[in-house]
Amino acid sequence: MAGTLEFSPDDRYNAFITTCSTAPFSDGTLAGIAVAVKDNISTAGIETTCGSKILESYVPPYDAYVVGLLRKAGAAIVGKTNMDEFGMGTTTETSAFGPTKNPADPSRVPGGSSGGSAAAVAADLVPMALGTDTGGSIRCPAAFCGIVGLKPTYGRVSRYGLIAYANSLEQIGPMARTVEDASRLMSVIAKYDPRDSTMLDRPYDHRPSADIAGLRIGIPEEYFGEGVDPRVAETVRNAIAVLEGLGAETVTVSIPGMRHALAAYYVICTSEASSNLARFDGVRYGPAVDTRKTWHEAYQDLREEKFGTEVRRRVMLGTFALSAGYAGRYYAKAQVARRNIMQDFERALRDADIIAGPTMPTVAFRLGEKTDPLSMYLSDILTVPANLAGIPAISVPCGRIDGLPVGLQLMGRQFEDERVVDAAYAYEQEVRA
Amino acid sequence: MITESDIEHIAELADIGILKDEVPEFTTQFNAILDYFEVLDTVQGEGAPAAGITNVFRDDEPRPCLSQEETLANAGSTEDGFIKAPRVM
Repeated sequence: MAGTLEFSPDDRYNAFITTCSTAPFSDGTLAGIAVAVKDNISTAGIETTCGSKILESYVPPYDAYVVGLLRKAGAAIVGKTNMDEFGMGTTTETSAFGPTKNPADPSRVPGGSSGGSAAAVAADLVPMALGTDTGGSIRCPAAFCGIVGLKPTYGRVSRYGLIAYANSLEQIGPMARTVEDASRLMSVIAKYDPRDSTMLDRPYDHRPSADIAGLRIGIPEEYFGEGVDPRVAETVRNAIAVLEGLGAETVTVSIPGMRHALAAYYVICTSEASSNLARFDGVRYGPAVDTRKTWHEAYQDLREEKFGTEVRRRVMLGTFALSAGYAGRYYAKAQVARRNIMQDFERALRDADIIAGPTMPTVAFRLGEKTDPLSMYLSDILTVPANLAGIPAISVPCGRIDGLPVGLQLMGRQFEDERVVDAAYAYEQEVRA
Repeated sequence: MITESDIEHIAELADIGILKDEVPEFTTQFNAILDYFEVLDTVQGEGAPAAGITNVFRDDEPRPCLSQEETLANAGSTEDGFIKAPRVM
């Protein structure tokens, strides 16, 4: 079975930056299945912008490794999804191509930064999509739109061809309406690639099992405390009770390093971004820099014009955090905090097999509601710890508040993605039955 | 406390470009974010020990790569098969 898929969606939520009206596909486990790809993942011959004007009209000459795997598995790549510019945001509102709307309530944000992928899946335009997660960018929009999203263990999915934002934190991962589909997509993309030097040869090839009898679920009080909407906390506690009903037991655990997590995350991601985004200078790709001007003048003018405000803010924050006289206070301290958080999770995951909590502290915000950068950053508090620790984390829908979806987040030990997928599957099968 | 001239200096270091009328807002936002980062002053512990980490080398052998045409395809300005950049002097 091979052919072409016609794709002309009603994109009323602005989920896509680019759509492919005819998408070729081949034989394989995903033969003929429409898959959407976040626009920071390179697709040979298909424009890839990272949601930024600085990459407008950039057409990659090669495929990301995961895209090659999708094609080999027979998938039809039908388009590139909208995102916060370079992944820098929690709402998809920083995209240079306009915000995406949440299919569950179009007056709300879909979450971010993989908001386009989440909206495309939630609106039934595609059954599955790829997102990327640096500090929650798969799990947040999955929770806000009411779909499933998995951030794999760091080092399990190749980042070759992913346009880098914060290399030590980010992973490509699957988004789908069901846990089974997310797991299917994960089985296609999680294969060893020597071109990503941070990968380990630990492929994922798993069919979810709903048998979780005896599973020990750790409940960290830090995930249910200040700043978490009590209705979200209650919804998630009810979901955990469902897992207990299936034979799981709960234990109290603690992640004391959580109080440093958000600051450490923002220092590290902006530092890495300030280095990674130096390559966008209008010389090798993107709109042409004015070569008649001097070096610095030309770059500054181009980058002021083509980068959005949040990107420029983060590049400047990272430049500052790494600058002489401040690197010890910010960057070095953030690395120590990161190590402490990793050890907190290691300790907690000796008493428990997985850890459960809410994905996001609230339901989806109204479009335009969050205008202050710091208050936007604070909403990432429950998702960034998994990126700092490099552990797998999945968000699975667990109910609604005033019609808006809530996500249950399940985190596991490194390279035990299968276990969080099984627990999510057990919950999903039970509440669907 | 970060001043408006600090913000202009950081923008210069980052080659990011900042408009005069953006400076006050960037300064206020930076100070709010850096106030929040102060929590890092209370972090206890040591960084990761360097022991047990080894370099991984491979032989520097040519491998297939993009053609010159493909490499230049996205460049804004080219000349005689080269990429053109702004002047340095």
